[in-house]
Amino acid sequence: MSEVVHGYRRPNEAHQPPLNSPAYGSTRARHPQQPLLELPHTLTETSSPIFTPARYPEVADLTVLENGAGHAMGERIIVAGRLTDEDGRPVRHAMVEVWQANAAGRYNHEGDQHDAPLDPNFRGMGRVFTDEDGWYRYLTIRPGAYPWRNHHNAWRPNHIHYSLFGQGFAQRMITQMYFPGDPLLPLDPIFNTVSDEAARNRLVSRFDLDITRPEHALGYRFDIVLRGREATPMEENHHD
Amino acid sequence: MTEGTASSATPELAPSEATIASAHQTAGPYWHLVDFPEWADTTRHFADALPDGAERITVSGTLRDGNGDLVTDAMVEIWHADPAGRYPDQNGDPTAFQGYGRCATDKGGRFRFVTLKPGPVPVGPHSQGNAMQAPHIALAVFARGLLQHLSTRLYFEGEALNAADPVLKAVPEARRGTLLAKPARPGEWTLDLRLQGEGETVWMAV
Ligand SMILES: [Fe+2]
Repeated sequence: MSEVVHGYRRPNEAHQPPLNSPAYGSTRARHPQQPLLELPHTLTETSSPIFTPARYPEVADLTVLENGAGHAMGERIIVAGRLTDEDGRPVRHAMVEVWQANAAGRYNHEGDQHDAPLDPNFRGMGRVFTDEDGWYRYLTIRPGAYPWRNHHNAWRPNHIHYSLFGQGFAQRMITQMYFPGDPLLPLDPIFNTVSDEAARNRLVSRFDLDITRPEHALGYRFDIVLRGREATPMEENHHD
Repeated sequence: MTEGTASSATPELAPSEATIASAHQTAGPYWHLVDFPEWADTTRHFADALPDGAERITVSGTLRDGNGDLVTDAMVEIWHADPAGRYPDQNGDPTAFQGYGRCATDKGGRFRFVTLKPGPVPVGPHSQGNAMQAPHIALAVFARGLLQHLSTRLYFEGEALNAADPVLKAVPEARRGTLLAKPARPGEWTLDLRLQGEGETVWMAV
């Protein structure tokens, strides 16, 4: 009897950014020119590392450093959302990593030479885990816009970088969360590499009064969907 | 529209906002805020108490772009089975060995992992015989200029199972070498990666 491997659904091209995106100059020498080899999904793709807070401690409050007395400068915000797959199932106990610029639009990174102040109380790195329903939440400050050299007068819209693991390494993804109403969004080559407008807009968080805490911080909701399983399991190829 | 109403009204899962995978975006040049150099050593929790039959190896190489220039700002990740060819059970012991690592390329475009050599890996959960894959390591490369990460596999030159491996067999012979790590010294495996151009690595749509 044949065995089955439950692979992951292949992405819809219009919903994903093409590797060769000329408007984003850095893709020019970095995108493969050969067609990608379609990899059948095996246990390597359908299994995933297990991350636990014991081994990977949570950093759910980016506004204070451990043992730090001071608070990060800027507009405090709460970001929360659900991590699900394309079948609508919550992705439980998943590790969510985030990193971002400070309120002035400067990364705590030696490579960032933007002439904006560093904040001694802000590192810009967070790590949280989803709960039983796929919810995650962290407290941070709203990142500032920053210039980059892609083209004349280029500025990245406010964004928070996200790194996600699912239950199969094929679900691994890195993305960015944007903010609603940002005037830089229509001008940003990275955001606009996603050709489908609805898919692009799913990267934009929403202001959420339920996540907002009175006298404390505005709340933004950002849901993320990882790939779902193929409807039909893939037959394993037996050559016997 | 209120959340949940669409799916509760229609039992069939029509593609909706909530059921389409989110778009990838580049990791950018500042991803090192989530770089933890110790992650490049998957054996860090074990010291000398390695699992039975385990062989500690290094896996290293350089990453170059289409101009042949070193890529010095990339995040490279590895994912592979344990020496017995097993992957962790999601409900199992979270302190058991896991072949997951992350490494930043340095100023020389170089990445280097310390890990355990994986065993032959089943294709599926109950595979036997010909459904075994040669020992391999999944590689994922994230970087500025990569709007989605690039994926490939590293195989070990000289493994008997390579000849029958279903993925290697699907690679044109002329390009197979881009996936085959060579030992610089015993246990020190090297594989250079090329994003684009001459000697381009066989990148895979996972
Ligand atoms: Fe950024």
